[in-house]
Amino acid sequence: MKTYPGDDALRLKGRLLGRKWLLLRRLSQLLVMTAFWSGPWWGVWIAKGNLSSSLLLDTVPMTDVLTFLQVLASGIRPEAQAVWGFAGAVGVYALLGGRTFCAWACPVNPVTDAAAWLRGRLGIGRVLSLPRWSRYVVLAVALALAALTGSQAWELINPMSAVHRGLIFGMGLGWWMVLALFLFDLLLAKEGWCGRLCPNGAAYSLLSPVALVRVEAHRREACDDCMDCFLVCPEPQVIAPALKSGPEGSPMIRGWQCTHCGRCIDVCSKDVYRFSWTLANGSKVAS
Amino acid sequence: MGMPARTQGLKSTEGEGVSRRTVLRNGGRAAAGGFLLGLLTWLHARSAQALPAWALRPPGALPEPRFLGACTRCGLCVRACPYDTLILALPGTEVPLGTPFFRARGIPCEMCPDIPCVKACPTGALDHGLTEIDKSRMGLALITDQETCLAFLGMRCEVCYQVCPLSGKAITLEMRSNLRSGKHALFLPIVHSDHCTGCGKCEKACPLEKAAIRILPSDLVKGQIGEHYRLGWVEKAKKGGSLIPELIQLPVRRPGDGP
Repeated sequence: MKTYPGDDALRLKGRLLGRKWLLLRRLSQLLVMTAFWSGPWWGVWIAKGNLSSSLLLDTVPMTDVLTFLQVLASGIRPEAQAVWGFAGAVGVYALLGGRTFCAWACPVNPVTDAAAWLRGRLGIGRVLSLPRWSRYVVLAVALALAALTGSQAWELINPMSAVHRGLIFGMGLGWWMVLALFLFDLLLAKEGWCGRLCPNGAAYSLLSPVALVRVEAHRREACDDCMDCFLVCPEPQVIAPALKSGPEGSPMIRGWQCTHCGRCIDVCSKDVYRFSWTLANGSKVAS
Repeated sequence: MGMPARTQGLKSTEGEGVSRRTVLRNGGRAAAGGFLLGLLTWLHARSAQALPAWALRPPGALPEPRFLGACTRCGLCVRACPYDTLILALPGTEVPLGTPFFRARGIPCEMCPDIPCVKACPTGALDHGLTEIDKSRMGLALITDQETCLAFLGMRCEVCYQVCPLSGKAITLEMRSNLRSGKHALFLPIVHSDHCTGCGKCEKACPLEKAAIRILPSDLVKGQIGEHYRLGWVEKAKKGGSLIPELIQLPVRRPGDGP
C-alpha cells in the first residue's frame, strides 16, 4: 500500500489531532472570510471592504502591504486611514511572521494547498522550474509599473486580490482565475503561485525577520529523517537551517518564506516541531 | 514518492559561495522575466484602464489616471453607499478591474449631503476635499438625441427637469415657439455645466425606452472657446456699460446716392 507524508503521525495522534494545525488554519481562513461576509449576508458588520483595505468593527483600518506600496509608488499621498491600516498590517504580521497572512488569512491558500495535495497523490513531477525568488521580480514589476504609469497596472491582472475581492463582492469570470491558479500549481509549477510568484506574499515576507512567533525544531535530535516535513512544507528550503544546523545552530525556523502553516508540526511523528514564542526564552532571541 | 526533488531544499543551504556565473545567470533570468511580465501587463493596462463613457465614478473621484493609482479596490465606498449605487467592476468587464462605478440608468447617485462614500475612502481616491455634494462632477448631462426627446418633439415632458436635484440651476426649461404646429410652445430642457453634478437622475428618469439625456464624461462633450474670443455682451456687463466711448454714427448710404 502507498504511504503519504503524515501517515505515521495520523496513526499516532489520531485523525483530528494529526491535522490539528491544518484544521485550525482552515477555520482561521473561514473566519476571515466570514468576517467580511457577515455584513452583506446577515447585516452584522465585523469587517468591511476586502483584504486590500478594510475596516474592522467600523474602527480599525487594515491595508494590504503591496496595495499600500502600489499607492505610494503611483505618487499618491494617501489619507490617514490607509496609512494607519498599513501600520496595523505591518504591526500584526511583523509580530506573527509576515507570511502568516498567506497560510492563515489568504483565501487563495486553500486552492493552492488543494493543488499541492493532489499533485502529491497523483505523483506529478515538475514541469516549470521557477526559482523561489521570482516573487520578488513580480513584486518589483508591480511597483515599477505603478511608478511608471501612475496607476496600479498590476491590479488589472492580480489574481490574488481578484479572488478575495470576488468572494466578497462577486466573482464574475473570477472563478476562471481560481481554476487557472489551481491548474497552474497542479500541472505546471510545484507551489507555483504562492511559493514562487505571488508579489503580495513577497511583500509580506519582507516583514518576517522580526517575527516573535516561529516554528521551532525543538526536538530535532529525535528526527529520524523520514522527510515527511520536507514533503508537506510549501517552502521546504526553510526547514534545513533549523533542523540540520547542528547543535550550535538555532532550532528556530527563520526563513522569510515560512508561512507558519504548522503542517510540519502535524506530520511529524516524533514531535520535533512546535510553535514557539521567541521572547519566552532569551537565548532563543539571541541565537 | 518524489524524494530527490524535495531534498534540494537541503542542498541549497550548503555553504558554498555563489559563483559570478550564477549571479549573472539569475540576474539575466530576473531581468528577462520581469521585462516580459511588465511589458505585457503595461500593454494590457493601456487598453484595460480606459473607462467606458457610460461608467460613472463616485463623487469626488480623482481624474482617471490618478484615481487608478489611488484606489485600493477595497469597496468601502460601495459599503458606505446607502442606496447600493456603487458596484466594483468584475473580471472580464469593460471597467478597470475591481474599481467602483455606477450606471446612471442603473441606480443613480442620490447625492447624500454628508457624502459617506467619500468619507469611507481610505486613500483619498475619492477626494476628501469634497465636502459639498453640489460641487461634485461625476459627469455632465447632455440631451444626446433631440430627435427623440419628447420636449423637443413638442410634448410637455420635463421629467429630467423635475427630478434634477439642482432643478432650475443644472437643468432649466427654455421656451421656444413650435415651428411645426405654428401655435404651440416647446419647453426645452437645457443643461448648465456650471451646476450639473452628473448624478444621473435625469438619465434614469427619462421616460424613453433609451434615454435621450445621458451623463457623459465632461471632457468628452464639453466644448472650449478659443482664448482670443470676447463675448461683447459679457464684456459689456463686466464693465457696466458700453465699451465704446460714444455711439459712432455711420453714414447712411442708399443705391443711387453716389459718392
